[in-house]
Amino acid sequence: MKIINRELLVIGGGPAGLAAAVGAYEEGIRDILILERDIEAGGILNQCIHNGFGLHTFKEELTGPEYAGRYIDKVNGLGIEIKTNSMVIDLKPVENDENKDSYGNLATVVSRSEGMYQIKAKAVILAMGCRERPRGALNIPGFRPAGVFSAGTAQRLVNIEGRNVGKDVVILGSGDIGLIMARRMSLEGARVHCVLELMPYSGGLKRNIVQCLEDYSIPLHLSHTVIDVKGKERVTSIVAAQVDENLQPIPGTEKEYKCDTLLLSVGLIPENEVSLSAGIEISPITNGPVVDEAMETSCRGVFACGNVLHVHDLVDYVSDEADVAGRKAAAFIRSQGEEVNTKEHARHIETLGAVRYVVPQEIHSDNLDDEQIFRFRVSKPMGRSKIVVSIGDKTVMSKNKMIMAPGEMENITFKKKWLEGTGADDKISISAFEIDKEFVI
Amino acid sequence: MGTEKVNFDIAIIGGGVTGCSIARELSKYTIKACVIEKNTDIGEGTSKANSGIVHGGFDAEPGSLKAKLNIEGAGSMAALSKELDFPYKNNGSMVISITEDGLAVLEDLKARGEKNGVAGLEIISGNKARVLEPNLSKAVKWALHIPSSGIVCPFNLTVALGENAAENGVEFFLNTEVLGIDKPTQTVGKDESCHKNNAGFYEIRTDKANIRAKMIINAAGVYGDFIHNMVASNKEHLIARRGEYCLYDKKHGDFTERTIFQLPSKLGKGVLVTPTVHGNMMIGPNAFDIDGKEGNNTSKAGLDEIMDKARHSVEALPPRSGIITSFAGLRAHSERDDFIIENALGCDNFIDVIGIESPGLSCAPAIGPFVVEFVKKSMRLEEKPKGTWNGNRKGFTHMEEMTFEERAEIIAEDGRYGNIICRCESVSEGEIIEAINRPLGATTLDGIKRRVRGGSGRCQGGFCMPKVMEILARELNVDVSDIHKSGNESQVIFGNIRDIDGVEQSREVENENH
Repeated sequence: MKIINRELLVIGGGPAGLAAAVGAYEEGIRDILILERDIEAGGILNQCIHNGFGLHTFKEELTGPEYAGRYIDKVNGLGIEIKTNSMVIDLKPVENDENKDSYGNLATVVSRSEGMYQIKAKAVILAMGCRERPRGALNIPGFRPAGVFSAGTAQRLVNIEGRNVGKDVVILGSGDIGLIMARRMSLEGARVHCVLELMPYSGGLKRNIVQCLEDYSIPLHLSHTVIDVKGKERVTSIVAAQVDENLQPIPGTEKEYKCDTLLLSVGLIPENEVSLSAGIEISPITNGPVVDEAMETSCRGVFACGNVLHVHDLVDYVSDEADVAGRKAAAFIRSQGEEVNTKEHARHIETLGAVRYVVPQEIHSDNLDDEQIFRFRVSKPMGRSKIVVSIGDKTVMSKNKMIMAPGEMENITFKKKWLEGTGADDKISISAFEIDKEFVI
Repeated sequence: MGTEKVNFDIAIIGGGVTGCSIARELSKYTIKACVIEKNTDIGEGTSKANSGIVHGGFDAEPGSLKAKLNIEGAGSMAALSKELDFPYKNNGSMVISITEDGLAVLEDLKARGEKNGVAGLEIISGNKARVLEPNLSKAVKWALHIPSSGIVCPFNLTVALGENAAENGVEFFLNTEVLGIDKPTQTVGKDESCHKNNAGFYEIRTDKANIRAKMIINAAGVYGDFIHNMVASNKEHLIARRGEYCLYDKKHGDFTERTIFQLPSKLGKGVLVTPTVHGNMMIGPNAFDIDGKEGNNTSKAGLDEIMDKARHSVEALPPRSGIITSFAGLRAHSERDDFIIENALGCDNFIDVIGIESPGLSCAPAIGPFVVEFVKKSMRLEEKPKGTWNGNRKGFTHMEEMTFEERAEIIAEDGRYGNIICRCESVSEGEIIEAINRPLGATTLDGIKRRVRGGSGRCQGGFCMPKVMEILARELNVDVSDIHKSGNESQVIFGNIRDIDGVEQSREVENENH
């Protein structure tokens, strides 16, 4: 098989991959290749034709395709190469590396026009995004007719292919795509009966609940799920029921909705098949790679950013994170792979209280920039709360938040100077807890 | 099929694994045979929703048809998988007991198996079993080890048999439902009305054109009694016994190497834990007798039940989040508790092949030859001249199982094999096109899924479904709106959301005129 040498390979041409490539370019790397498996770059943004993107990054409200377009123009303007219709099916660290020029990772690519070939890259950035959780993972009983779509699939069919997926719709899951699709289907003339949410709170952004449900008088039924799908060939109705605190359906609360379509917006899962082929350590909580301050994974020279790393709420944060990954990958290439740190020196960040996870999960103190952003999510909706960063028994930061929710990503800026005067073995932790409630570690 | 009458020597009703096995065997002879299937694809009934196990043959009552055909069928599965190129693996199995008392049951099973002719049976201690299967429950006291059993792809077995039969001249009438059967009349009357019944021909009335055949083989699965009762002088009753399953992500595919059975009960072999031949992990089935014959829906109670029961077999069952889909199948259970392969009472040339429940899939390779021997009792069959029957078939290209070098070679020759459509299972456009353009090719999303696995992975078609629909529409030269999930009512999309330059509108007007 043909082997091509490149300095930087970016796997995925969505918002993360594009921003990472730009970041690396700005740090002086010129030999960059972005591989995109779809027919064009832009990733999932291409089907997100609603607005609300870019408020942080561009200080204006853009649609998904517009946001993607800005980055595609930038990448094209810089002369960074994008190959579309090209899918990486395998990634392996280059073994028995005695010759320094050949350090790196070997990606195997398939493409309709170029056949199958391999790319040896000094650094690789993973930016493959995520996929939707299917019906099976919820074990929703009933028949298996046509008309059960994951919300993103329906979004693609409606927005990209221009197809009509249903006239009478129930949506399970109040994740952002589900909320957006409630509005979208209404605009296309479908009747959206309701959005059902298993949890006692929504997993989506507050603004989407207001703009996509309340503005269209679509009811949101919290603590509800689908307990039966009827219709042998096409959905004819679904049965919903309220659930108790153990998320089990409560007998007597069943309600049948006549409908032809059930959309599922029940969670996103980072798509890490390629990462797994490289043997990269995956976090059981984020389902994405474990990374350090440079967004570097457990595999040397392989970086990760965007939804393949952890599922984001706003694309602006994806761009920020990807920019860091791109810059750090560039630094790695420039150093010819001679990193001073090794994983043994990494310091793990502990999560306490309602902090479900934090990214990056570990840091190398010596390599920290003066400021390091940590992104995290909380495990439950919270009222007036405190976020606390501690090193050893010293609290180095404490800030109050009026409200926090699982659907919204939080971040804190960690300052390198906080580490001064602390021991190398002191535990670094991030915690979040409601102020009026007792908090015990 | 036109409106003119079509005459056949033999019509097989039912295009499941049983009907297809019989069809392939009959294709060796010079007769004119057909398969009548009410669904849009072959293997849409019991054949698509079962455990996919090639049973060792220890379970069936010695002397029963189940026992005889299981041993023969399982014995020839490996050879058949080479002839017809479908996935089969001899992974072995275990029947476990979590009580000391169960040892006696295992010994009975072993004795029964040996009587049936199963080789290599061995009873081992729980500890030894756990060495072979580390995830086995700590509670397991004893296990019967059956090294000869295996796993097979039930879809590809059915498709392979059906395709090979079609290639050798058997006609398939898909989408054709049998509504009634008129028995042959022996005399041709002068009366006009008698003309419809040629002497010696059954008249099979369908929702399409009628089909005439000298002999009928009833392989109609759970509807076998229904077809039988159309003509026979006695009544049969088949119970549709539902079994539910959960299929796990491939990351749990090596949870066990062997198929793990629990002690069998009256209702069947109990809940098993098994790898599938494609590398998933699967649990199920339970057993629940339903009213009617269409209820292949899953239930919360049923899915909870199989998870609870599977936990008796293994120590730490992967969590629910590891499940990618669940499904249910219907077994055609006869109160006679054995396969019914015989002439229907009061009808010459009408052979029932019904009540084919477990181990029916394992028996499939043997059922064809067995039934054909039966046919020979009343119909002279002449073998086709040497070289005119080809019992070999090339299976679907399966890129994911090839080495990189092999894949590169295929892609270099045909770029469509480099265009990956289903990311989860790495299925290329070339493979999907193959599935469509074969004899008895796929015409539906489910047809693609079962033949080449596009959409069968962890995202369950989330990404590839729109693309697969487009490829189907293009290859079949129909509109995307006409691509269904499986049956004719399983419409996936309702046309376009708005008219584009009036194209859609003119099409609708056209349709109205028809």
